[in-house]
Amino acid sequence: MSKVLICAEIEDGRVSDATLQLASAALSAMPHSHRSIAFVGDDLSEIEPAAAALPADTVFLIEHPALKNGDAGVFDAPVSVLSSLCQQEDPDAVLLARTDYGSNVGPRLAFRLGQSAAQDCIDLAVNPESGRLAVTRPVFGGNAMAVYEFTGDGPQVAVIRPGCFDSAPLSGGFPEVIRFDPAGAICEPRARLMDTVAAQAEGVRLQDADIVISGGRGLGGPEPFSRLEELAELLGAAVGASRAACDAGWVEHERQVGLTGKSVTPSLYLAVGISGASQHMAGCSGARNIVAINNDSEANIFQDARYGVVGDWRQALPAFIAAVQDLQND
Amino acid sequence: MRIAVCAKQVPDPEIPASRFKVDEGSLRAVPPPGVSPVVNGFDLNAAEAAIRLCESEPSAVNEVTVFSAGTDFVMEVMKKPLAMGAHRLVLVDDPALAAIETDTSSTVRVLAAVLHEEGPFDLILCGRQASDWDQAQLPMGLAETLNLPCITLARDLSLTGDGSLRVHRALPDGYQVIETTLPAVVTVSNEYGEPRYPTLRGIMTATRQQPIRYSLADLGLQTQDPPPLRLKRLFIPERSRGCELIEGEDDADSGRLLAIRLREEQLI
Ligand SMILES: Cc1cc2nc3c(=O)[nH]c(=O)nc-3n(C[C@H](O)[C@H](O)[C@H](O)COP(=O)(O)OP(=O)(O)OC[C@H]3O[C@@H](n4cnc5c(N)ncnc54)[C@H](O)[C@@H]3O)c2cc1C
Ligand SMILES: Nc1ncnc2c1ncn2[C@@H]1O[C@H](COP(=O)(O)O)[C@@H](O)[C@H]1O
Repeated sequence: MSKVLICAEIEDGRVSDATLQLASAALSAMPHSHRSIAFVGDDLSEIEPAAAALPADTVFLIEHPALKNGDAGVFDAPVSVLSSLCQQEDPDAVLLARTDYGSNVGPRLAFRLGQSAAQDCIDLAVNPESGRLAVTRPVFGGNAMAVYEFTGDGPQVAVIRPGCFDSAPLSGGFPEVIRFDPAGAICEPRARLMDTVAAQAEGVRLQDADIVISGGRGLGGPEPFSRLEELAELLGAAVGASRAACDAGWVEHERQVGLTGKSVTPSLYLAVGISGASQHMAGCSGARNIVAINNDSEANIFQDARYGVVGDWRQALPAFIAAVQDLQND
Repeated sequence: MRIAVCAKQVPDPEIPASRFKVDEGSLRAVPPPGVSPVVNGFDLNAAEAAIRLCESEPSAVNEVTVFSAGTDFVMEVMKKPLAMGAHRLVLVDDPALAAIETDTSSTVRVLAAVLHEEGPFDLILCGRQASDWDQAQLPMGLAETLNLPCITLARDLSLTGDGSLRVHRALPDGYQVIETTLPAVVTVSNEYGEPRYPTLRGIMTATRQQPIRYSLADLGLQTQDPPPLRLKRLFIPERSRGCELIEGEDDADSGRLLAIRLREEQLI
């Protein structure tokens, strides 16, 4: 594997953690490769000093007004410029993170280049015989794992789940910094971002919380979630939910943890009235300790839980909250 | 205006993990006996979105056609979108599709061909991802192949006065408002809202209706060998960390003891 291109992302004016994870994924799977990192944006001056010290051989800076926020939500512009960069550079592998950006741009870039992408990979290796990438990805909602291998000649595009690799150091490299002129690749926009409506996040952010308390269909309605809020306040925790609880309208969709919701990595994940479907567990398998309160001893959640109470939350939870209060008052 | 909805028949994703089996030789999931497949959940959200556009904009939208590529279709299952109110069902039904199911580029070629044959369409709605192989990329492939814009994760759709489509696109926290020219490919997420239950009348109408069928040969297609991304292994990962069950005198006591145990472990 000789050339790898990493499609970088910027978060809060910094090189995103997921991007640094791609750098270490490339290093561990393809240690002798030539590594490039491509940044897109309308103004990269803020990121340039950090980019110029990344552990890579080349950094591409691609600036254009149409690339603002990675062309948020539309993604036509980054797909066009990255495909023209790929045509110029002819990388063997292209890595993106499974973020909103990467999971849209990755497949579209692959198809634009006549390939298809490997979405949501959790591991990456090179088959020594074929010299091509083999990727592992969860399938069937996480019930099974699949290993795929690339066979074609074109760029092998892999979209990698954040949290599966450690972050590479943010500095220490001496890459050649190259400005790539995207003007020829940018087309008349077909779609436009008109507005972004942020959901007001109350309390601790799910993704940052050290303790997450999640409720599921077993709670039976919206009211019990105020119990979870009460407990969350005591513990400085965030409140999450299963998709069933979100779809029922008991809590906002922003609370959904899982394969198609948020991924959380707290040290304690307390699941109340959640059966533990693989699609839910996909979002909390990075928790260090899963604790379940569920009245069905056969519930799947007990397969993953470290501690559990087989019982009705209507009795167990108030007593749990009272005991937490007592312990805190001691 | 004509809307196409792409819908896939998938094994029921809600079966308990303990009943989920795979055949490591043939690289397939083996559904438990007696459990029937379903229409991929997000595709029913897409069908619901198409039907609602049709209802809310009767002067603009006049037809919803559902497309599916696969084999071993269960007709009662695949007719569900018809029973909900879609007008036509087009199946590319070919045993050769089983072998290339995991290769999105092949499925893209098949759907692009049948959409062309039955087209033109102003809007192609897909689910955000299929719950079997969880690829979430066929719609992007279709959009690139047809050279159309691709807006993913719709939680609301409406037509604007000037014939564009306004999409509320779900974000981890909030949403974006995007306006796209048509034709376009749009994927629909569960945030859009639950698909309706078919009415008795809908079910009767769907029962009488026959799907339009194509084989790969009808579309002038052959299967491509080898696909650019090939499935090599399929297995069920090891699980179970060994759960310590906290048992008190009653459920309340268990709850209390759980708090004490978690404090001992310095988790709270
Ligand atoms: C493609 C796809 C993507 C998905 N993505 C996600 C996702 O991102 N996140 C997600 O959560 N789901 C997701 N799902 C849905 C998932 O498959 C499950 O349907 C969902 O997680 C179930 O939610 P639940 O555990 O709350 O409900 P249920 O499975 O109905 O479980 C409720 C539990 O509550 C228990 N219970 C009931 N009453 C009580 C009581 N009084 N006391 C204690 N326990 C009680 C029951 O024993 C049961 O175990 C996805 C599904 C698909 C197909
Ligand atoms: N064989 C198929 N027939 C019809 N639509 C499909 C097929 N495969 C995928 N799709 C559509 O593409 C979406 C995403 O699928 P995937 O990329 O396989 O996760 C699904 O939700 C469907 O709308």
